[in-house]
Parts: sequence; structure tokens; C-alpha cells
Amino acid sequence: MMLIECPHCGPRDENEFRYGGQAGVAYPERPAELGDEEWAAYVFMRDNPKGWFHERWFHTSGCRTWFTVHRHTVTHEIRP
Amino acid sequence: MTPHPDTLWRTPRPRRSYDVVIVGGGGHGLATAYYLARNHGITNVAVIEKGWLAGGNMARNTTIIRSNYLWDESAAIYEHSLKLWEGLGDELDYDLQFSQRGVLNLAHNLHDVREGRRRVNANRLNGVDAEWLEPDEVAKFCPIVNTTASARYPVMGATLQRRGGIAKHDHVAWALARKADQYGVDLIQDTEVTGFEITGGRAVAVKTTRGTIAAGKIALAAAGHTSVLASMAGIRLPLQSHPLQALVSELLEPVLDCVVMSNAVHVYVSQAHKGELVMGAGIDAYNSYGQRGAFHVIEAQMAAALELFPIFSRVRVLRTWAGIVDVSPDASPIIGRTPVENLFINAGWGTGGFKATPGSGWVYAHTIAHGEPHPLAEPFALERFTTGALIDEHGAAAVAH
Repeated sequence: MMLIECPHCGPRDENEFRYGGQAGVAYPERPAELGDEEWAAYVFMRDNPKGWFHERWFHTSGCRTWFTVHRHTVTHEIRP
Repeated sequence: MTPHPDTLWRTPRPRRSYDVVIVGGGGHGLATAYYLARNHGITNVAVIEKGWLAGGNMARNTTIIRSNYLWDESAAIYEHSLKLWEGLGDELDYDLQFSQRGVLNLAHNLHDVREGRRRVNANRLNGVDAEWLEPDEVAKFCPIVNTTASARYPVMGATLQRRGGIAKHDHVAWALARKADQYGVDLIQDTEVTGFEITGGRAVAVKTTRGTIAAGKIALAAAGHTSVLASMAGIRLPLQSHPLQALVSELLEPVLDCVVMSNAVHVYVSQAHKGELVMGAGIDAYNSYGQRGAFHVIEAQMAAALELFPIFSRVRVLRTWAGIVDVSPDASPIIGRTPVENLFINAGWGTGGFKATPGSGWVYAHTIAHGEPHPLAEPFALERFTTGALIDEHGAAAVAH
């Protein structure tokens, strides 16, 4: 089990959190102008790197804060 | 029985070029090579594997085979696969220990009951065998399931596919590899693909740790590592790689003669021929290539298993492990062409690829040979994420695949 540093509650067990996938996926600025391919890219396409990954976590069983974690997808190491 | 030979296939040095290079020597890659040769007469083929044959998810799955999927497109491809399983051992001249012992999908709440009954009807309309069992019939079919009314997860019924079952994964891989090798396919292990040569939007060669190999066509069959390979070709995919854990118990006398799955409580169980209970759970939530998961997932899975099977309370876990599964947004595979010409993809089987091994290889080989999708593969093209024609199998497949 990973120990994840919640910015509000401090280090807590992984099973207190819910996973939110890739960080920094912004809602399109002009959604009305998007074509099908751009919508597909926004809705479905995500980075899936073997290595360092910026990702969202949600402290479900704690303060219920969403925050970003920098984690390695092979070693599971987390760095600030 | 003839004595087992020392080797079932050659260990060739890679040649400088092939008509087709398959990246990934797991079940799907081997089945694709086999059907390329058998159905299409294409034998100038290499299967490039970075580790050893069938050492990835082929060695890590829980070997459940069924075809009782909800949607027409899924039922068609998985039923095609199941029909192939029914003749595969004879065809490959190898005992695959394919056992059609029946697959139960338990219903624990009203929603499960409605979903199950609906799926039984959908299956029958698609020519897939399916039955609905009431709780007393579940008790008769699988006496060790806890069907008492006071159970934490009351059994309110179950779907049953009698033609479903299990097979011995290693035998499947070895049998396919042996036949492919006999056809002249080069199975090249310990060779990692490090990139692709693409000229004018067309893939022409794979770069490997043992040099560059020219290829008329390149076919990805790399499961959890598909995103990594595709990114080398500049392709972004709607896939996320997750650990999927499974475990076996110590060896027991025969105690469970069917497959029991439960979506609601996240566990699926069968007893292998050797005697160990084989159990799987849901994926670990985060992206990972680490081939290991967290213990709390195992703990939750065991808690669920004990509620369903109180008889297992003294059983000891022998071994746990994880494979890396590539999960797509609609829990259905992605099969077909890519934006790069002559580069094909077969991925996104997520947590349930084993059952599809022959069917997947069959339609993928056709797609590669003709450069056009096989009719059964067509709905599973990458374009569906743009058109919106998803094949949403989360209900029938998301957890217990």
C-alpha cells in the first residue's frame, strides 16, 4: 500500500483515497467550436506513461480535497 | 501419450525482414501468428517478445472462458472465440485442459437480478447459451456457495453459461507456439522493440535491441504496454494501464466444479485441475506498469470470497501476483488499423483477454492479411471513440471479466 501525502491531512494510506487519473486535463475553452476528434481527445485520450506521471487523487475518507501527485508508474515512488 | 519433447519451437536469430512482425509473444500474439499461417498462408512472420513467450498476462490471468456479453458486437466476437476453443485442443493436437464446467455470475441485489435476466435474454437472441438460475437452483448447481437468506451478500439468483469454463493457460500458449513454429513463424524472445521506422506515414521497420527488422506490416499485441509502443509511433490511445491482481490457494481436494463470479462483491473463483483455488479481483485503481498491486485489494477480495464461500475459511493463500492490463473507456478491445499505415493494433482487452485468445487471433490475422478489418473486428476500431459508437460492456465485464 502506498503512503500518499494529502496537502491538508498529511501522509495517509492509499485506501483513503480515490484515483482521478491524469492531471492538467483542462476543459476546452471554446467547447462549441470543437469537432468530433477534439472531443474524443478531451474525453477519452489520456497519457499512459511508463515512468513519472502527474495525476489527481481525491481524499475520499478524509478532507475530500482533490490534489496533484507526481508518481512513478513502475516504482510507485512519489516525489514532491 | 507421446513423451514431451525437450523443445516445442526453435530459437531462431531474427532475419533482416519479414512480411509481418508481431510485437508481443503472449496468447494473442501467438494466436495471431498461428492464424496468419493457417488461414491466410502468411508464414514469413516474426513474433518479437521482450521477455519469454507467454510470460506476461498469459501467465497471470485466471483462465476463465465465457461469451455471455451483453451487446451484439461483443457476443459475436466472444462467441466466435468460444466456438474456436471448443475445437482448439484437437486442432493443435495438444491437451489444453479446456473444461466447460459452467460459469455462474451471481446476483446479490435487485439491480444484479435485472441486469442478469436482461443479459440472459440478450445472449439467447445472439445464439449464446445462457440460463437464469433461482437461488435454490444456484444451491443445487454449486452447493458450497452460501445461499442462506442471512448472508452478507444474499444470492438472489445467477446467470449460468454451461459452455463456459477454464483452460490451462501455459498449454494454450505452448500449443499455439509449437504450431506457429511448425508453419515457419520465427518466435524471437529476449528482444525488445525500442521504436519504429516510419516513412511517409507508413511503418516500414521495427527497431529492436537486436537490430532493425524490416516489416511489410507491424502488428501490436502487447496488452498493458501498448500505450508505450504506440507513443513510439506518435499515436495516442484511450488506454490506461493498471495492475490486476490474482492469487492461488494451496492445493485442495476437488471442492468446486464450476466457475463462480460476482461483480457486486469483486471476486471470481475456480479450482484448477491441479487443485488450487484460483481467484481474481478488480484492478488496482491507479496507473501502473509495476506488475504488483496493493495488499488491501487482496484483503477485500478475500473478505468477499469468504462471505460467498464460508467453507474456505481455513484455506491458505499460496501466492499472489499482478499483471498489467490495458483498460479502455468502454471496457471493450481496440482492434484494427491505426493512423500509421501498415501498423495495426490489438489492445484494450483489459481484464478479460484470455477467453478471447483464439477469436482475437483469428480476426486480427484477417485484419492484418487483408488490410481491412474482419467483420467481427470492425465495430472495435479505434475510430469508435471519435464517432461515439462505443461498446459499453462495463455492466457485463467491468469487474469480473
